[in-house]
Formats: sequence, C-alpha cells, structure tokens
Amino acid sequence: MSEAVVPDAMVPPAVGSLYGEKAGGAIVDFSYVGIDAILEQMRRKAMKQGFELNIMVVGQSGLGKSTLMNTLFKSKVSRKSVLGTGQEKIPKTIEIKSISHDIEEKGVRMKLTVIDTPGFGDQINNENWYSIISVLSCKIFWQPIMKFINDQYEAYLQEEININRKKRIPDSRIHCCIYFIPPTGHCLRPLDVEFMRRLSKVVNIVPVIAKADTLTLEERDFFKKKIREELRANGIDVYPQKEFDEDAEDRMINEKIREMIPFAVVGSDQEYQVNGRRLLGRKTKWGTIEVENIAHCEFAYLRDLLIRTHMQNIKDITSSIHYEMYRVRRLNENNTAVAHANGVPEHHLTAHEILTHEMQDSDLPSTPSLPPPSPDLT
Amino acid sequence: MVRSEQASFEYNSGGGFVLRLTALTMASTEIARQAGEGVRAVPLAGHVGFDSMPDQLVNKSVNRGFCFNILCVGETGLGKSTLMDTLFNTKFEGEPTQHNQPGVTLKSNTYELQESNVRLKLTVVNTVGFGDQINKEDSYKSIVEFIDAQFEAYLQEELKIKRTLHSYHDTRIHACLYFIAPTGHSLKSLDLVTMKKLDSKVNIIPIVAKSDAIAKSELAKFKIKITSELVSNGVQIYQFPTDDESVAEINSTMNSHLPFAVVGSTEEVKIGNKMVKARQYPWGTVQVENENHCDFVKLREMLIRVNMEDLREQTHTRHYELYRRCKLEEMGFKDTDPDSKPFSLQETYEAKRNEFMGELQKKEEEMRQMFVQRVKEKEAELKEAEKELHEKFDRLKKLHQDEKKKLEDKKKTLDDEVNTFKQKKTAAELLQNQAQQAGGSTTLKRDKERK
Repeated sequence: MSEAVVPDAMVPPAVGSLYGEKAGGAIVDFSYVGIDAILEQMRRKAMKQGFELNIMVVGQSGLGKSTLMNTLFKSKVSRKSVLGTGQEKIPKTIEIKSISHDIEEKGVRMKLTVIDTPGFGDQINNENWYSIISVLSCKIFWQPIMKFINDQYEAYLQEEININRKKRIPDSRIHCCIYFIPPTGHCLRPLDVEFMRRLSKVVNIVPVIAKADTLTLEERDFFKKKIREELRANGIDVYPQKEFDEDAEDRMINEKIREMIPFAVVGSDQEYQVNGRRLLGRKTKWGTIEVENIAHCEFAYLRDLLIRTHMQNIKDITSSIHYEMYRVRRLNENNTAVAHANGVPEHHLTAHEILTHEMQDSDLPSTPSLPPPSPDLT
Repeated sequence: MVRSEQASFEYNSGGGFVLRLTALTMASTEIARQAGEGVRAVPLAGHVGFDSMPDQLVNKSVNRGFCFNILCVGETGLGKSTLMDTLFNTKFEGEPTQHNQPGVTLKSNTYELQESNVRLKLTVVNTVGFGDQINKEDSYKSIVEFIDAQFEAYLQEELKIKRTLHSYHDTRIHACLYFIAPTGHSLKSLDLVTMKKLDSKVNIIPIVAKSDAIAKSELAKFKIKITSELVSNGVQIYQFPTDDESVAEINSTMNSHLPFAVVGSTEEVKIGNKMVKARQYPWGTVQVENENHCDFVKLREMLIRVNMEDLREQTHTRHYELYRRCKLEEMGFKDTDPDSKPFSLQETYEAKRNEFMGELQKKEEEMRQMFVQRVKEKEAELKEAEKELHEKFDRLKKLHQDEKKKLEDKKKTLDDEVNTFKQKKTAAELLQNQAQQAGGSTTLKRDKERK
C-alpha cells in the first residue's frame, strides 16, 4: 500500500528559509514549508493541558520523607504539612494516603500527587529475630503497597477499556517510587532488598540514602558501593534501567547516573544565611549543611534527575512498559477463564471481551475484583 | 489556584479491602481556575525546575518523529498532486492518472520529510477515478471504506494483548482536502453527497481548485454560495480552533475565508529579481504565494504551520472515538453503569455466540444436504450409464449369436454340399472305374476285334 520514498528535491535541513544563488544572480527562495512549527503547536497544547506527576515515598518513618518532598518541590506538599504532625502512635492499619496539589511555574501547570506510606518498618527494631519477622512483616507491609500500585494500573485500564471514555484519561499511576534507605553505613537490610526487588518489577524505583549528613564522605562511598553490589547481586533494576536506554547518547547519560545511585540526600525546608546568601540547609553546632551544594549532598542530582531532565522519560517508562506489562498479565489471567467458559480458543478473544467478561463476574461493580495473585505477589 | 484533596485506602488485616474516597473528584481535563473555593494556594518558594517539562515532551516527540496523513478527494484533473507538491515543496511521484477508471480507488504514498530537526512521515492519499464514472452513486463508498479501514487497524492494535502503541505507524487520515471544481455556480451533487458522508469521519477542509479560472468578483459569490449550501445541507467542515488565545484571532479570520481558493504550481518564474512559483499566461502571471492572487499561503499557514497538531488531536479524540464507540457497540459490548444490573454483556455475548453457532450449524446442514443430493444425482446418472452399457452388451451379444448361427447354417449347407459332392464324386469314380474295367475289356474286345 505505501512505501517510504525520499522525493527528488528534498528540502535540506535548515533553520528558517533557505536561500541560494542561482547562476544569473537571481536569488532562489526555497521557502520553508513550516513543518517544524508543529513543535510550537505541541508545546502550546502541553501548556494548556498541564502535566501530572505521581510520586510515592516508601521508607521507615523518621527518615525525612516528608521533608525531602517539601524540599524537592519547594512547598508544603507532604501529608504531614497538610494534616499536621502528631501521629506518633503505631497505627494498627497501614494507611496509604495520597495528597494532590496543583503547582505552577512559569506558566507550566502540574498536578503533583505525593503518596505517603507511613508506619513502615516501625515494628521492626530488633536485629536478632529479624529474619523471621521480616518474612512475616513483608507480607503485611508490602502487600498493600503493591496492591495500591496495581489498583492504579487497574483504574487506568478500566477507563481505557470503556466504550465512552474521557478525552484525557486521568493518570493516577505511580510514575516514580522513592525508596528511603536508612543510613546504617553497612549494607542493605533483607527487608529493603526484598521490598525493592518486588517494587522494581512494577514501578520505577529510585533508592536514596536518607539523612546522609550522618555519614562521612568515605563512609558514604563505601555504603553506596555495597548497596550497588547488593542490588546487582539480587537482580534489582532501579531507574534508569539499563535495558531501556534508547541510544548511545542516552546510555552515556544514564551510566553517569547509575554510577551515583543511590543518591545521598539531606532534606530541609529551613533557610539559613550562608556567605551572605539565603540557602536551604540544616544548621548544626559544627556547621551548616547546604542542601543544594553538591559538595555536601546529592540532593541537586536527585532533583535534576527527577524533575528537570528525566521526568518525561519516567512517565514514558511507566506507561509504555510497566503499565503494558500489567495489562498483558491481567488480560492473560482472564483469558483462560473466559476461554474455558465459552469454549472459544484463547487467542481469538480481544482485550475487550476479556475484560468485560471479567467485569460481569463481579456482583458489585464498585468493588473491583482482584485478579488471582501471580507467583510474584504471594 | 489550587485544589488539595486526599484519598485514603485502607487495608484491614482481616483481608478485606475498602476504598474510601474522602474528597472531591479530581478534575481530569483542563484544570479549571476557580477562585474562592476555600482551597489553599501552594506557592513555590523557589525555582523547582519542572517548567522544562514541555521541552522534555517536545524532545521526546522529536526523537520519535511525527506522522501526518492527508487525503485528497476530488475529480481527476483538478490539480491535487500539483497542490501537494507545492505545499510541501517537493516533487512527489507519479504521472497524471487516466480518466477511464471503472471505479474509485485510493492510492497512498508515504514520504519522509525533514526540516531542521523535525522528521515528518507524510502520507498522501489520492482518490483515483473520482467523478469519472457515469453512475456516481457509489463513488464515496470506497473513500469511506478506506478511512474506516485505517481506524479499524488502529483499533485492532489498541485491543491487542501485546501491543506497541508508541511505535505504531498511525495511518488514520488527519485532514481531508476536498477539491471543488471552479465552475463558479454551486456545488455538484456528487460533492455534497460525498462531503456529507465524510464529515463525521474526518476533518474536511474544502478548497476551490484551479481558482485562477475564476474572476475575483465571481470568486466571492462562489465562496458564499458554497458555504451556504454546506450549511443548509448540514455538512460539518473543520473549523480552526479558537479556544487558545494565541491563535484564536488568526484562526477565526481564516475560518471566514473558507473555502480557500488555491492555485498550485511547481514551476518557477522570475518576477523582479526573485524566482517565485507561478503560472504564466499570455495575459499575466499568477503568483502562487501572493495573497492577492490566491489563498495558497492561507492554506499552508492553517494546514501546516498553525493547526497540524490540532488536526491530529481532533482525529484521535473525536473521529476515532466515534468510530470506536460505534464499532464496539455494534459488536455488542456495552458499558455497565453502576446502578443497572450488569446483565447485558455476558448474556449478549452468549446469545450472540449461540446465534452464530446455530447459523454455522444450519449452514453445515445445508451443505450436507446439497452434498447428499449431488451424490444421489451422480449415482443415478451412473446407473443410467451402466444400464445403457448392459443393453448395448446384450444387443451386441445377440447380434453375435445371430451371426454365428447364420454362419453355422451356412457352414452346414456348405458341408452338406461338400458331402453331396463327395458322394457324387465317389459315385462318379466308382462308375468310372466300372466303366474302365468294362471299357478295358471292351477295349480288349475292340482290340481283338481290330486285330
């Protein structure tokens, strides 16, 4: 039906119009078509629509998760700031709370959702019977989080499958999960390893060393190396994942980032006077730690990665890889069920039939039925 | 203006799951700016840096490349290919088509264009033989089928289990340029019927082709006549969007200039000291890019430089969604709303399936019957043939026997004759012998007598 053909007289790449001299002194005007105006059109459309970003923070309480969020977005975006502190008691249920804000910068509007997972690991404070407890507690702690992540995928999938669907499907999928590692200085706890392993399979995970001002630079480097080794040994793929590098240029940039992971960060929302400037920092008796000074901590790298350079890439990987994986898994799970019910060979079913069949099974449409747990989740 | 809200999900150790949405629903489309709703504004205390998001998005798109598909509908000889060449400043393929096509076919060609860092995969689809037939009733059908086929291909990809939407080459038609012949009177019925059928499937931009054939005064009247006819027949042509302030003004002015009266030319003529694209006549030169001469510049401005992205978006969010909805409803799928009982889908599916199986079975039965009948017929035929053969055999046998009998009779007769002859012969020999003996003695007697 069609073939890509390079036409005879190609417009050579140039900015603006291209002029040339023809014999005889007349100026040849290869006037420019204007295809590159589409970039401007896209930009306009994007500004009008606004952006969405959903970040989840996972880690023990007291590691400075909320503070870091506030520092990243230079405003009070965390749950604590909105609701106020005072939740010191150990909660009986594990509550996953999400807070959304609309923020704007230079005409660019963004809907930022921060999902907090408090109370994680509080119960674990005795290293002796750690291995037993961690296996038990893992299930209690990570299951709701995994469920939450999968529920967001499910919600998106249901909306996508609808016949009358919205113009722009609201995207509540978790784009990035920041995992806080306590600054022990030794190595990763089994709990962390297990948790990161499972998370990295469904979401982009960015590990950070919290409260890094308790480590000296040498301890920091040693700790990082140990962590990287352990991640590699356990096959945990953190963002930026090696297999999603698009070209050589990408790989180069990402290699540099991979060498720095995990970022050692310090968060603060207090400003102090340093060298005549007002900077965010932590003031101690022995000095002031500047948050945005790369000699002090790696907060700036984290911020640049997450926000200034790789935000779009993070969202793309979530939607085209993690979400698609979830979708394939989900549709295949129901595939067998529907096929056996109707005697139709499995590969003849479309995605639509599979999902709507599944929808009919549930009695209460408001409670989405859970897919049977795959081997990974149990 | 900001809206803060929260949702909480609870997991009870008892294993149950309850979703509690404690706040207002989220705005899903444009975030409306509403004053005084009692929500807290969240000011940023410094430069965060997400204002680079549009740049990141644009960079990603540049890496991926763009695609744009134009459909040119119009009678043969209205200058469709020339206009495409002029619009995109390149010589696309092909010789002009013949006028003797039996039906309307669509020919599509894809080209890779590049300008500065933007790569565009442009597909130009031409209608071949449109308006050439004597009976033009069904001319529009192949066009509609083609457009639907592109939607169908995208829908299939979207419904696949393992899909690759981000690298899918989108072939859906983003813009349809409808070429109107420059008669100066009104729209032909073929044009009206075709545009009516296409307006819900594709963005239609009507243009008056070869407009250097019409004088300026007549052109204004012609345009008014066309627009009024389109309106009175309820044809919805594409309106350039006026909701974005930066382009609202220019778009609304252009909307009033529709349909564009264009002239296409790839030949260059020297005017002053510049070479411009123009058509040269003995009485003057029509410059393509002169706004006083024709609306080509306006068309290029609107189609490419200002609204290309909007055309693509409209195709995806309006026309494709409409197609998808109709197609899925046709297949029998319905959304369940939370109040009604979820009866329809499984049952509809089952019912349809049973119906289908029933039909299949019926067809099978029919075929079997036909087969049996044919066999019977053949059998009868063969039997007939066999009978005939038997008869023939009998006849021949009888003939043979008759012949044999005749021969035997003849033989008998012959034998009898031979016997008779033999008898006669022996009798005759006997007689002769006797006669000889007697004659011998007589001869002796005779001899004695002689002596």
